[in-house]
Amino acid sequence: METLVHARDLHVRFVTRDRTVHAVNGVDFDVAAGEVLCILGESGSGKSVTLRALMGLNPPRRTVVTGTLRVAGHDLLTASERQLEQIRGRMVSMIFQEPMTALDPVFSIGRQITETVKRHEGISQAEADRRALDLLELVQIPSAKQRLSAYPHELSGGLRQRAMIAIALSCRPKLLLADEPTTALDATVQIQILLLLRRLQQELGMGVVFVTHDLGVAGEVSDRIAVMYAGRFVEAGPVAQVMRSPLHPYAKGLLGATVHAGLRGTRLTTIRGTPPDLEHLPAGCAFAPRCDLAGTACLEAVPDLRGPAADHQARCIRVAGAPETVGMAIADTGARNAEPGTVRPSS
Amino acid sequence: MLLYLLRRVLYVVPIALSVSLVCFLLVHIAPGDPINAILPPDAPADVVAQVRQIYGLDKPLALQFAIWLGHVATGDLGKSLATGRDIWPDLAVALQNTAALAAAAALIGFSLGCILGGLAAAFARTWVDRAAVGVAVAGVSVPHYWLGMVLVIVFSVMLNLLPAMGSAPNGTANLGLDWAHLRYMLLPAITLSVIPMGIVTRTVRGIVGDLLSQDFITTLRGKGLRRFGIFVHVLKNAAPNALAVMGLQLGYLMGGSILVETVFSWPGTGFLLNNAIFQRDIPLLQATILVLSLFFVALNLVVDLLQTAIDPRIRRA
Repeated sequence: METLVHARDLHVRFVTRDRTVHAVNGVDFDVAAGEVLCILGESGSGKSVTLRALMGLNPPRRTVVTGTLRVAGHDLLTASERQLEQIRGRMVSMIFQEPMTALDPVFSIGRQITETVKRHEGISQAEADRRALDLLELVQIPSAKQRLSAYPHELSGGLRQRAMIAIALSCRPKLLLADEPTTALDATVQIQILLLLRRLQQELGMGVVFVTHDLGVAGEVSDRIAVMYAGRFVEAGPVAQVMRSPLHPYAKGLLGATVHAGLRGTRLTTIRGTPPDLEHLPAGCAFAPRCDLAGTACLEAVPDLRGPAADHQARCIRVAGAPETVGMAIADTGARNAEPGTVRPSS
Repeated sequence: MLLYLLRRVLYVVPIALSVSLVCFLLVHIAPGDPINAILPPDAPADVVAQVRQIYGLDKPLALQFAIWLGHVATGDLGKSLATGRDIWPDLAVALQNTAALAAAAALIGFSLGCILGGLAAAFARTWVDRAAVGVAVAGVSVPHYWLGMVLVIVFSVMLNLLPAMGSAPNGTANLGLDWAHLRYMLLPAITLSVIPMGIVTRTVRGIVGDLLSQDFITTLRGKGLRRFGIFVHVLKNAAPNALAVMGLQLGYLMGGSILVETVFSWPGTGFLLNNAIFQRDIPLLQATILVLSLFFVALNLVVDLLQTAIDPRIRRA
């Protein structure tokens, strides 16, 4: 049986008349049913674009997607807008970062749930209303019945995000995409929402792709982590391995710059420099200009994935391990990238 | 909610009072003595004083206002200085004519404006957008009395398709919904509609363009809604602000256009105002301006109430 998400050599470019931005530059990953993959990265690393590509939600007119992308058995890259509309909300749905702006301010919460259900399942209004109530109870919104007729501005941030989750889950999707769903929330509310998502994911057996820049959040929810930098996965592996023994200097830097109890008394480190310009990516390792370990070899070509285990690998020539091992999580595209024509797929 | 509505309706009272005060004062501040319009310039002083007394023009300004307001409040708008007839019946006919023309112009201008504006926003930065914006800019820039004359020359004089002046066949002043009556309305309505069309186009383009770039539109697409489903959301979000602009434009249209009504000899309020000004017919002028202003106030109230009904966020205020 095929995995829920099957992405190979996925590229996403935004093309306008006077510039081309290479947002995603060849990522490979699979997500199995019931699995949580966390894509970790800073702003502009391409993580949200990758996520949106999973339901064909990037701006249609100026987005160019190439590679292979299959979600729940559908080829998203050849699907028509019509077919995408059938898949969105039913097979795949998404939770957004800002529950304030991601909900329509002039429609009630109930209406925003029922319209999704009615759209995909063609059931009656009464039935849809019942479903909406069930969903609000599922996401543990207190006094759910009254909240159905509430408008987004009448709810707190946490309740709004729960409503957002209820909308996303309304048609029991196989794959849930979460785009920094807790970033805009208070710390106490954050953990509640994370626990809720984790519980729902397990109860409903959904595959989840969770995008965040917050290591703590990533450690809390995910089974596997992929660290994204300049549109590539620079490291991927099981959550425990990546958190405990990161391979890539960038992943190490991220961990070193994060406050957590284990580091009490030690000085936080920073990653110097700024992320690369996605219009003009370097030929070699995109992190090399900010990397303390970088040598001339780093500048020649994008490093292949290599690592100590088949399922824990990084794109860094300093990492020990056989470069040919292909993980079930991340397939190696190094061979393709080494071809002369595609050494700089991004420039 | 109820409290808000009550408060909003009560606001009308001070607004209406100030409006009537301004109406009253404006006419008195303007140069020219109305007595000159009634009497010949060489009238003896005692006759002037007598007439002044008859019309109450000898009393202090505040008292004149109080008396006038008292009459107005009981529905008595006074008599015209020029014709000596009651103002209300004449004004009512003029209002009707202008309202009919305004409704037609609004229908044309608003629907075209919404369609063009919506299209421009949906196809932003394409030739559709540029064409729609071009039409809108032309609409607000072209002098409408000039456009009226051009239309008359083309459709009445050259093609002989539509009448050039008047509001009804055989010089009557009746309004009707049949073609014989409507054809009189067509040219002036089109002429009047170009400015609101342009303004509504640009407003709707701005509002919808803004909405389409909002996060919740992505959410709606992410839910798998089709174009029509998203359109419904955009419509309800855009309606409050678009209505506000359209209400204002309808208010201007109700004021009648002196120029356009003169070009087409349309017997509306603009026509009436024009005559009142030239004849220094102060009571007629006051009454017309007052009624039109109150119309404006009422229109704003309606728009506010509609906005409240559509946008749940306003009810908190």
